[in-house]
Amino acid sequence: MNLKLKIWRQKGPKAEGKMVEYPVNDVSPDMSFLEMLDVLNDHLVEKGDEPVAFEHDCREGICGSCSLYINGEPHGPGRGITTCQLHMRSFKEGETVYIEPWRAKAFPIIKDLVTDRSAFDRIVQSGGFISVNTGSPVDANAIPIRKESADEAFDAATCIGCGACVASCKNASAMLFVSAKVSHLSLLPQGQPQAKERVLAMVAQMDAEGFGNCTNTQACEVECPKGISIEHIARMNREYLGAAISYSPPKATVGGD
Amino acid sequence: MSTQSTNSFFLSSLSKKYFMAATGLFLIVFLIGHIAGNLQLFMSGYEGRLQFNEYAVFMTTFIPVKILSYITYFCIVFHVVDGVALTIQNRKARPQKYAYSRPDKNTNFSARNMMVLGSLILIFLGVHMYAFWAQYHWNDQMPIMLHTDGVSPLLKETSAAIKGGQVVGTDVVLNGEVLGPVMKDLYQIVMEAYQVWWVTLFYVISMVVLAFHLWHGFASGFQSLGLNHPRYMPVIVIAGRVFSIVVPALFAAIPIYIFLFVK
Ligand code: HEM
Ligand code: FES
Repeated sequence: MNLKLKIWRQKGPKAEGKMVEYPVNDVSPDMSFLEMLDVLNDHLVEKGDEPVAFEHDCREGICGSCSLYINGEPHGPGRGITTCQLHMRSFKEGETVYIEPWRAKAFPIIKDLVTDRSAFDRIVQSGGFISVNTGSPVDANAIPIRKESADEAFDAATCIGCGACVASCKNASAMLFVSAKVSHLSLLPQGQPQAKERVLAMVAQMDAEGFGNCTNTQACEVECPKGISIEHIARMNREYLGAAISYSPPKATVGGD
Repeated sequence: MSTQSTNSFFLSSLSKKYFMAATGLFLIVFLIGHIAGNLQLFMSGYEGRLQFNEYAVFMTTFIPVKILSYITYFCIVFHVVDGVALTIQNRKARPQKYAYSRPDKNTNFSARNMMVLGSLILIFLGVHMYAFWAQYHWNDQMPIMLHTDGVSPLLKETSAAIKGGQVVGTDVVLNGEVLGPVMKDLYQIVMEAYQVWWVTLFYVISMVVLAFHLWHGFASGFQSLGLNHPRYMPVIVIAGRVFSIVVPALFAAIPIYIFLFVK
């Protein structure tokens, strides 16, 4: 099949970018979207042009690196898939395909379609951990956990941090991501000791990174490749309210000099 | 881990959402009270007129109602200021727009346009408050409530008709003695307002706008406060959709009825 691509080209973080048109011919419908871009890049390199920079790693929907805004939606028209799991059979012969990077103040563009998503890492660093003793692993069933809680925590833990939630949101809000991380740990007994500090710290970091506010449009839930539900956002909203009211930071009781 | 001061709690993204939701849901409760009162406008004749005007006196003098009305004003102001603050922040979070975006693929119209819908509601509120609330409070030339005999004015506080009473300013005077404030005829100015087709049309369109605001807002308010549960959320969503259609439709039915049937 033959397609007309319109791709965002931007030389560097500070450079002006623009949409540039590239025809691609002889694309197999069985190719993945990234393979189609590989073909384009081969042609560009042959011609001595600069290839289009895009991010990818696992190419099987588990790492969350591939992050393209395709035809007006994150990860393209499919549901429950990442860009690397999108196949060219989802497009029509002769179609114009728009390809852009995620757009958010908190995800600055590095080059072309590649954005810097380390804001997510800093949010996780601010509270996305639990404290455990070092040493040999604890027996798997030493702490009883309700099946429902385990399942829900696992659903939240399927988040691959791709950022499609931010990309799809009209407010570039990161609430689905942050709430998935909050839920994932707070649903389990191991996450309880730090539950209040965690939600306060992660929300504070999220705000500091310059993400927008949630307006409950639910675009994130629709576009999330892992189908993570906005119920997690509601849980985060509850936990934050509770923590903000009841949390008092630990005070040192003995002091040195 | 960093900890938060009270100050940053009030400024955090989530807190702004709690206030948005709490004020919005309070305004929904206000709408229920308001529509219940308005339905009295379907009554006609002297009885209907008297009941509505007595209701207006009750609403503007009974202390608990006055307190509620101040809470309502506060909620509107807070809802608007908070909504504008959130919208500005949200715009800043995406300084560069997408060249090609299809938000219709993953969101509904109402959810995308809460600020526009809210601003239209605000314009309506201004016009509506001017047309009735401001007139009732400050216009001394308002029509006054007369007894069936067509001449005796009624007292605001007791609804007593004063035979031979004169209206001086806003007071009823009998034989040189001031008996108290006169009952204003709010019913009359409501009936007159909706004889004009474009006034009626403006009201009806505003109710459609309100319906769209509530279509998203009702369930959204619950979600913001964390009240989302797989078992109850479908009920809340459906209740919200029913509310967002039925209540604005009832509001709109009144001016339509007046325009068509009251002469
Ligand atoms: C009777 C009048 C009104 C009612 C009953 C009402 C109700 C609501 C409710 C329940 C919400 C959902 C809150 C949430 O998502 O947490 C909402 C959101 C919103 N309202 Fe209103 N509202 C009214 C008037 C207005 C006005 C006058 C404006 C402003 C100019 C406005 C602007 C907004 C905005 C911008 C949102 C979205 C905020 C967000 O989700 O971040 N509303 N409204
Ligand atoms: S490349 Fe790993 S999820 Fe797509």
